[in-house]
Amino acid sequence: MRRLLGGATLAGLVAGLVMAFGIAPREATQGNVQRIMYLHVPSVWVAYLAFGVVLVASVVYLVRRDDRADRLAHASAEVGVLFTGLTIATGSIWGKPTWGTWWTWDARLTSVSILFVMYLGYLLLRGMVEDRERGARFAAVLGIVAAFNIPLVHFSVIWWRTLHQPPSLMKPGPGAMPGIIVAALLVNFAAFTLLYVYFVTRRTVVLGLEAEAEA
Amino acid sequence: MVWKDFLVERRSKETLNSLFFFALLLLFVFQFALGPDRERLAGTLPGLLWLGFMLSGLLGLGRTFVVERENDCWEGLLLAPGDKSAIYVGKLAGNLLLMVVIETVLLVLFGFFFNLDLAGILPALAVVIALGTVALAAVGTLFAAMTAQVRARELLFPVLLLPVQAPVLLATVKATEAVLLGEPLGSVAHWLKLLAAADVVYVAVGVLTFDFVLEA
Repeated sequence: MRRLLGGATLAGLVAGLVMAFGIAPREATQGNVQRIMYLHVPSVWVAYLAFGVVLVASVVYLVRRDDRADRLAHASAEVGVLFTGLTIATGSIWGKPTWGTWWTWDARLTSVSILFVMYLGYLLLRGMVEDRERGARFAAVLGIVAAFNIPLVHFSVIWWRTLHQPPSLMKPGPGAMPGIIVAALLVNFAAFTLLYVYFVTRRTVVLGLEAEAEA
Repeated sequence: MVWKDFLVERRSKETLNSLFFFALLLLFVFQFALGPDRERLAGTLPGLLWLGFMLSGLLGLGRTFVVERENDCWEGLLLAPGDKSAIYVGKLAGNLLLMVVIETVLLVLFGFFFNLDLAGILPALAVVIALGTVALAAVGTLFAAMTAQVRARELLFPVLLLPVQAPVLLATVKATEAVLLGEPLGSVAHWLKLLAAADVVYVAVGVLTFDFVLEA
């Protein structure tokens, strides 16, 4: 089962790369730089998915006290932070040639970077509590607070940068994109989701073994 | 709970005295860092004001459960009959009281040093400060309980609290800026709604999850 999942993930990623670099056309105004979108957008999707899973697993842990839920939350938060970092890095690489700067306090950049530091704090808390059971409880509470904070961060940042205006999208919506680009993007979405599931399942197993070894 | 903490604080004056002094020092540091140029200071005033509130909050709120820990009364808290969320509400009320006192002092000091005319805008400013303070104290009280039992707690508390407070900081600074420019509160209604939503969410999550924080 695990090998099957790994194989499917690998195949998906290869297909995604082929689609992104081989089949999808060169974008007219931005050129090849635009191809980073095929990594960037799925990354941010995985980040949000991961933090959603952290919320659900945290609630389940507090209600049921199932250690597996705690390990799932832990693994998901780690993968989420990784992909948030990946989102910021790819966005930065894209921003340098397109906007002419590595970093600007654009609404989305800001909200993603706030998420990044918020969940880094979450991982830090996990590392600092010695007692395993207490650490799990605290992390679950923080996971819930952080998740509820996401919409607040989102709206505050949009208003902060673009007051009284609808959020201006940097990228055209799917309707404006040719079918082949959408297809390439969807393949990458699927591949990254598989990668997320693969990472989280493997990490959860490792965390379980670590707990066993300690006990 | 509030009454007990209030009594302890009144007898010792430990936190409050130091925080007053800290607030005064903050003002000095801001002035030294930015130079005496009035014009430039005026532009950064809302940010500085909330930076002052946040920093004093970090120190003040971080000490919420220090009395219990130092005097080995933690078990007493755990064994207290009734709902644990009552402890949370009590501590939150105590922290609000502390924050309001400190904020009043900071505000007066700001008015004095920056030559502000606060009288006219005070009601509007009070609304913004009240909404922001509840949000700050609600999360701060919850996190203080978590970090009280952790090593490196002085470090971990701000590291956890500051990112979560980012939207609150954005909202309060923007709203304060508008108020200081003499605009009516209606022009920043969306920020006030966001702050009110944050207040409700934070207090609700705090009340609901505090049980789990205070378990054995």
